[in-house]
Amino acid sequence: MITSIDDLQALAEKKRAECDENSSELRVCAGTSCLSLGSSELKKSLQDEIQSRGLNDSCNIKSVGCNGLCANGTLVSYCTKDKSKSTFYERVTSGDASGLVDSIQNGTPLEDRMCDISQPFFTYQKKIVLENIGIIDPDDIEDYIAHGGYLSFFRALDEMSPKDVIEEVKISGLRGRGGGGYPTGIKWESVSKVLSEQKYIICNGDEGDPGAFMDRAVMESDPHRILEGMAIAGYACGANKGYIYVRAEYPLAVDKLNRAIKQATKLGILGENIAHSNFSFNIEVRLGAGAFVCGEATALIASIEGNRGNPRQKPPHLSDYGLWGEPTVLNNVETFANIAPIIKNGGAWYKSIGTESSSGTKVFALTGHIQNTGLVEVPMGTTLRELIFDIGGGVPDGKKFKAIQSGGPSGGCIPESLLDLHVDYESLKNAGSIMGSGGLIVIDDSSNMVEIARFFMDFCRSESCGKCTPCRVGTTELTLLLDKFINKKATKSDFELLKEMCEIVKSASLCGLGQTAPNPVISTIKYFEDEYLAGISDD
Amino acid sequence: MIREKVRVKTFKINGVDITGQSNQTVLEVAREHDIEIPTLCYLEGVSCVGSCRMCIVEIKGSRELIPACTAKIKEGMEVITNSPKIEANRKMILSMLFSERSHTCSTCVANGDCELQSKSVELPLEHSQVPYLNQRFEIDASHKNFVNDPNRCILCTRCIRVCDEIEGAYAIGLAGRGLNTRIIHDMDEPWADSKSCTSCGKCVYVCPTSALYEKDVTEEEVLKKREIILELVKNRGK
Repeated sequence: MITSIDDLQALAEKKRAECDENSSELRVCAGTSCLSLGSSELKKSLQDEIQSRGLNDSCNIKSVGCNGLCANGTLVSYCTKDKSKSTFYERVTSGDASGLVDSIQNGTPLEDRMCDISQPFFTYQKKIVLENIGIIDPDDIEDYIAHGGYLSFFRALDEMSPKDVIEEVKISGLRGRGGGGYPTGIKWESVSKVLSEQKYIICNGDEGDPGAFMDRAVMESDPHRILEGMAIAGYACGANKGYIYVRAEYPLAVDKLNRAIKQATKLGILGENIAHSNFSFNIEVRLGAGAFVCGEATALIASIEGNRGNPRQKPPHLSDYGLWGEPTVLNNVETFANIAPIIKNGGAWYKSIGTESSSGTKVFALTGHIQNTGLVEVPMGTTLRELIFDIGGGVPDGKKFKAIQSGGPSGGCIPESLLDLHVDYESLKNAGSIMGSGGLIVIDDSSNMVEIARFFMDFCRSESCGKCTPCRVGTTELTLLLDKFINKKATKSDFELLKEMCEIVKSASLCGLGQTAPNPVISTIKYFEDEYLAGISDD
Repeated sequence: MIREKVRVKTFKINGVDITGQSNQTVLEVAREHDIEIPTLCYLEGVSCVGSCRMCIVEIKGSRELIPACTAKIKEGMEVITNSPKIEANRKMILSMLFSERSHTCSTCVANGDCELQSKSVELPLEHSQVPYLNQRFEIDASHKNFVNDPNRCILCTRCIRVCDEIEGAYAIGLAGRGLNTRIIHDMDEPWADSKSCTSCGKCVYVCPTSALYEKDVTEEEVLKKREIILELVKNRGK
């Protein structure tokens, strides 16, 4: 049991000493992407190889979370005994196990599998949310603690009042990473001010945008970071119960989170009267059953309550009337993952990173027609050009860049002319898209933009809950209209109807799903009108 | 914060100063002052869900249009109920409802006593603005007195709210999503097999169309008793 900050630091010291004297480390990526490439077999082969050569005591093998460069998996890093030097390998398979262990034994790196970590993909990144990812073992709470884990939470309990915590988060300028961009400190403050015996903290892990996998990586690779952020939020707002709502399509994330909760509870980091304080906090995982709309705050709450996951009209807002009618803070996974570093380093430190209106970093999932598919974390204000061409390595197969879609089905397409845009909440909005949760889909010149718009519209059509008329009927009508353009059978009046209906679905729908569903169409009309006009037949 | 004392609030509807009580909605205050706002899913006496979007109004400072049935009044708020934008939206939304399933008045038992039909006269909706989808569903005529025809349903959920909040039977729910959403009884059993349905008929009385209707009744004899709910609520002193 850990009952004080001293206990925590003692455990961290003990674990660090163990690791140091013990051995060098082979870190095998065990994120969903590398697992599907056979990383668990690779780990087994490496273990067998190490065992058969009697190296058990000098080299430790551990599974770590996503290293980011998913396009080149399986990723393995080797860290020397004094942890001063590490070598990064890509495209490693079980067949490379003996070669890799050879290289460890004779101290020369395995040249043909080496990954160049001086490339912009690595050097342009600034890791706050992902700082532990690829380094710690997500199944081992002690490893998290050894890397400074839960120190922020215990410091907050010991040295800070709830008001101090909120003040620090306010100073940091952190805004909701789920896409809305609402200032986190203000959200917490409004809940903290409501008089209520029962309040709740909810973490939204229902990441459903096509092409988005930021939150999955954090949940799978550093689950304790989320628990710590939630516990700090609970302390700040006066809530003693937290829920993590995770989509059931993320079984690995669910497994890691449940294990993390169990370990933290066993050590007394979660539970009643934490560290002899008056503060108690427990966390439970709830599974989503596959509906995209359950990522919407009110629908998510309905789903946790055991009801049909339909959204409801706001206000009342969640700070007044949330889960089971009680004041509730709902933040996204990435938002909670930013909390511990903010408490540790101070709000001013966080504020100094990024842009004036959007501080800190943002994790993006790069997908689509891009060389380096994967996960990156960059300071706010990085340009799209840097993200796509430097970090992302550009468009493969000699094709030309055409557009980038940000924010999933709620976002828009941004053309090449706006590539020097510094990414933050406002700039993306002004360009007709949104920050969204951080999925970036690169589209090359072989794609038809009307078809892209139709893809997203069809997604919203099939995910509409059916509660309000404009979204339920409008998304279907819009999908059918877009089909007419794709089949080159549209008329001029269809084009007018398309534009009119987009405006109506946007302004009259009940929740964010419907209100943003027309964005891909509106933005592609704005920047690629020619392709719509080409779908209008003259007769 | 929600449960604050009831106070008088002054605000503007269509530029005219109006007062109401802080626990009232824009729709309630507007109707008290004879300002007409069309509604479909709204039913006096049960909770408001704001799902049909007919009663949308503009509230100064809000990007989206807000349903008047769920919007609580606030001091100094400025509401517009009849701008060209709102009227265009309402017409399009009503047209969407007509296009979605099968609303053929001439063959419908609710002809002349249908709120969807009367709304199209009130707005007025002169012609359909969007292509017909005509989504098809099976009819449930298993109940001895009543029929559930999802082809005429506009998903207002009045039946669900009346069953939950007035009868207390919780017999009706929703299944499917998007365009495939439909009203079901219990765990999607035939109506006749529903163990929780009390056959009270309130759902049929409040249905704005003839998605729920009484068997063996002609168009002339259809009896929609929508005001019965408010009477029940008053009599029970809720």
